[in-house]
Amino acid sequence: MREPGRPDPEPLLRRVQEEEARAQRAKLKVFFGAAPGVGKTFAMLAEARERKAQGVDVVAGIVETHGRAETEAMAEGLEILPRHDLAYGGLFLPEFDLDRALARRPALILMDELAHSNVQGSRHVKRWQDILELLDAGIDVYTTLNVQHLESLRDVVAQITGIVVRENVPDTVLERADEVELVDLPPDELLVRLKEGKVYLPDQARHAKDRFFRKGNLLALRELALRHTAESVDAQMRRYMASEGIHKTWAAGDRLLVCVAPTELSTRLIRATRRMAGALGAPWVAVYVETPRHLKYSEVDRARIEANLRLAEKLGGETAVVEGSIHMADDILAFAHARNITKIIVGKPSRPRWQEVVQGSLVDSLIRQSGEIDVYVITGDREAEAAKARLTARITSPLQNYLLSALIVGLTTGLSGLAFRRTELADIAMIYLLGILIVATRFGRGPSTLASLLSVAAFDFFFIPPYGTFAVGDFRHMGTFGVMLLIGVVIGNLTERNRAQARLARSREQRTQALYHLGQDLARSSGSKALVASAIQCVTTQFHSQAAVLLPDAAGRLQAPPDHQLTFPLNEQERGVAQWVFDHGEPAGLGTNTLPGARATYLPLRGAVGAIGVMGVLPEGAPRWAEPDQRQLLEAFANQTALALERSLLAEQGALDRRRADEERLRNALLSSVSHDLRTPLGVITGAVSTALDTPNLPEPARRELLQSAQEEAQRLHRLVSNLLDITRLESGALELHTEWTPMEEVVGAALNRRELAAEAQRIRVAIPVDLPLVAMDGVLMEQLILNLLDNALKYSPPGTPVDIKAWAAGKSLTLSISDQGPGIAMGDEERIFEKLARGQAASNRPGAGLGLAICKGIVTAHGGRIQAVNHPQGGAQFLVTLPLGTPPAMPEEPA
Amino acid sequence: MNAPAPLILLVEDEPQMRRFLRVSLEGSGYRYLEAATGQEGLALAAQHRPEAILLDLGLPDMDGLDLVARLREWSQTPVIVISARGQESDKVAALDAGADDYLTKPFGTRELLARVRVALRHAGPEAEEPVFVLDRWRVDLAKRQVLVDGREVHLTPLEYSLFTTLIRHAGKVVTHRQLLKEVWGGAAGAQPLYLRVYMTQLRHKLEEEPSRPKYLQTEPGVGYRLFTES
Repeated sequence: MREPGRPDPEPLLRRVQEEEARAQRAKLKVFFGAAPGVGKTFAMLAEARERKAQGVDVVAGIVETHGRAETEAMAEGLEILPRHDLAYGGLFLPEFDLDRALARRPALILMDELAHSNVQGSRHVKRWQDILELLDAGIDVYTTLNVQHLESLRDVVAQITGIVVRENVPDTVLERADEVELVDLPPDELLVRLKEGKVYLPDQARHAKDRFFRKGNLLALRELALRHTAESVDAQMRRYMASEGIHKTWAAGDRLLVCVAPTELSTRLIRATRRMAGALGAPWVAVYVETPRHLKYSEVDRARIEANLRLAEKLGGETAVVEGSIHMADDILAFAHARNITKIIVGKPSRPRWQEVVQGSLVDSLIRQSGEIDVYVITGDREAEAAKARLTARITSPLQNYLLSALIVGLTTGLSGLAFRRTELADIAMIYLLGILIVATRFGRGPSTLASLLSVAAFDFFFIPPYGTFAVGDFRHMGTFGVMLLIGVVIGNLTERNRAQARLARSREQRTQALYHLGQDLARSSGSKALVASAIQCVTTQFHSQAAVLLPDAAGRLQAPPDHQLTFPLNEQERGVAQWVFDHGEPAGLGTNTLPGARATYLPLRGAVGAIGVMGVLPEGAPRWAEPDQRQLLEAFANQTALALERSLLAEQGALDRRRADEERLRNALLSSVSHDLRTPLGVITGAVSTALDTPNLPEPARRELLQSAQEEAQRLHRLVSNLLDITRLESGALELHTEWTPMEEVVGAALNRRELAAEAQRIRVAIPVDLPLVAMDGVLMEQLILNLLDNALKYSPPGTPVDIKAWAAGKSLTLSISDQGPGIAMGDEERIFEKLARGQAASNRPGAGLGLAICKGIVTAHGGRIQAVNHPQGGAQFLVTLPLGTPPAMPEEPA
Repeated sequence: MNAPAPLILLVEDEPQMRRFLRVSLEGSGYRYLEAATGQEGLALAAQHRPEAILLDLGLPDMDGLDLVARLREWSQTPVIVISARGQESDKVAALDAGADDYLTKPFGTRELLARVRVALRHAGPEAEEPVFVLDRWRVDLAKRQVLVDGREVHLTPLEYSLFTTLIRHAGKVVTHRQLLKEVWGGAAGAQPLYLRVYMTQLRHKLEEEPSRPKYLQTEPGVGYRLFTES
């Protein structure tokens, strides 16, 4: 329990963090007004002049003076950023030049008309997106906004003025503002100004002028603007209260949920929820329940669902798609409970009462089962429009099915004709029912309804007296007709629903499968290159499109992976879009609101700390991800890829760091060891030679002995230097294998002839079978390997004892064994001796930099083989080199 | 009649190497000339017509390979290339460009003098001896007969051709390419693999201990040598 009156540390911390972030990040100030003409631009310019007078670097990005003299006078003396002309429909339209503004980097930029829509060809669709990018770049922004352009107030404004505003700004943009200044002008004064022609209106709005600028409208809009400003002040106040430990005035943690449907009503519900959430300071979520009905929706409806979900996102809400059953209320409530929702907003039902009695009402079941959750039911006015927009496209059966069902009715009629007069009339009805049943289960609702109707007609025509007419003699038969019809329709409907559900399940399963496969593929791929390849493969097959993954180089410029052939046409422009996505961590390109002119869609690969790369997807034809579920799937793909890729990149980086550290340590050890091993022979040579030179009257045998030792030490030095060169070549990767099919005997023979072994060559016993297969190897390296191993064996075994070299082939490999009769290898050293600088315990007092065996291992590994050291059962050490065998090319036979 | 001692030209940029070689060669009775650069070497070769040239591949002013090629435009003087281990491809290139043999640094005086002797022998007027004798071997080139310890050994035509090619270049290294060209006549598809297989067969027929050949020696990465001095 917290002490009363003590500030809650968490909001306090949050406020401190927010304030810090705010102090660092650029500031947005909005000059907010009720209507055009209240003087927002003027107020903005006035303040900008003040700031400029204080020495702030102010630039006018966009200032719309609309030719008003007083406003133009205010703008005088401000640096005005030149616009660039964008080609659009044969015209060149001037538009704000975002890149120039970013390059200019003023401290403060003026951006009039927050709600403006950019000319096509601009980077962003809307000006507010430009402004967010400017803010992200650390540039303060002043902007102006009229209340009717605020997304959440759109409907209210439409209700008041009867004008639907097209240019909207998400509420989140206004919330992002550090300061909102209300520019207020009483309606009477505004009307006077309007009469004086001081209010500028765009041409297309001029005809609406009289409707819009009525005093009643202006009063209502002014109230809206005032109220909205008050709310935002209130929100600041609440933040302040919470952080200062002033008790909250309501129960904490309200969470709102609004249900999304493909209707116009739903759009208004979302805006209403946003307003309510704003007033409560509560988070909210828009939920779409995907029921089997989803499949029956037409393209128009699906697009509307997506648009509604996007709207919710734009308004700052969270969105979720819940997979549902036919009991939608249960699904909604389950989701609500899981997410601690306190309030659910639904629309007032618009269906006729009888439908609700038959099918149940969502609102009723929600209210009945909601328990502690409040349910708000909001009026859906102007229902006429919603009612007319029933555009649900039914799953249509192909014509063929209708023909087949007619055929089946014909068959049953024939069968009934055969049975007629031999059985009861009821049996005939049964035969028809059987036909209907077959059609219903096979072909669905439409054909089964047709079959029912045809059956009733045929039954009546052929088998009910009077025969050959549709007249009905006995009224009782009407009951039979009714039952036949009903059964046909009911079964048809049931089948239809089953099929729909199956189809939905299938598409869900496909999605899950796709993600699962991606996950599997990613898990199987090791290394970032393989990961990228399998992600591209998965996206390509799932979305029928070309895909590319671009990763940044050290300077943060996106590069296509070098070894991966791009089928993806990545010209300078597309690369620019991808770079923007990478820099801003937001999707862009085809089908988005940013740079929609691009040929492909680009998604950021978001890692834990910002984007780690960009995935570009180029559709073949229309993008498959226009639908929300496909889009979510694509995003899920990108996210999963990003996670796997980040993990792999981190692992690779870690391994690289470790290897560098290891190399560093080894280099140091090598240096100290080598410098010792180099100095010793050098010392001997210098000493011996200078003695031989400088000692007068040195007897001949002594002089010879001195030179002999100088020669031996020189050879040792030579060996050491060769080893150093070899290990360097092996490790730097400069080693190139020149493999050729070579008999092992030849390489062994070459090694045995080497001068280095000459002194002790007689100790070596060779046993290599004549019929040994050829091995693909680099003869020079392999000779070096054998020489090193023989040298090693001779060095570590008593003088005079034999060293054996043997070879044999077994299965798909050839083994070379070199064994001595020395002390063997100390326990536990079997692996270690192949490491650089490692020497067996027995060798610690012997010369040599401990490189020979490391070189051997490097050579064998380069050949795809294995080397191991064991202790021979009869004593002594045994080195086993195993090399893979292949199939050498056939040789022409020569007559002997 | 005593002919003057053979003249050897050394092209080498390392003064200490030159000093060592001068002492060794003059000590063994050869006349000696030295050049520190390729240009100087070419000039001296043209002026003095040495009997053999020792050439270091790593010269400051020009590529040793170029020097060999330019020399071969007008002179057949034997060239022995000096290079380090690990540069097998350079050696092969030099040999294919017309050099006669090579020495791998570091080398001893015995090795140096042996190579020089072989080079000078091949440079002399070559009366094609009808019979080649080496240790236990006796090859009658006219009768195409090979005897080991007096017993005739049967060689296939390709084995015989390979063997006699090595005999023609006795003591010198012969590269894989040279052998393939001389024995297989540049037949399509002929590969070093053939050479290795026939060489192995030859060793098993002629050498006492085929896995430790005394005469039919392998020069890894370069070629083969019929070793004539022990």
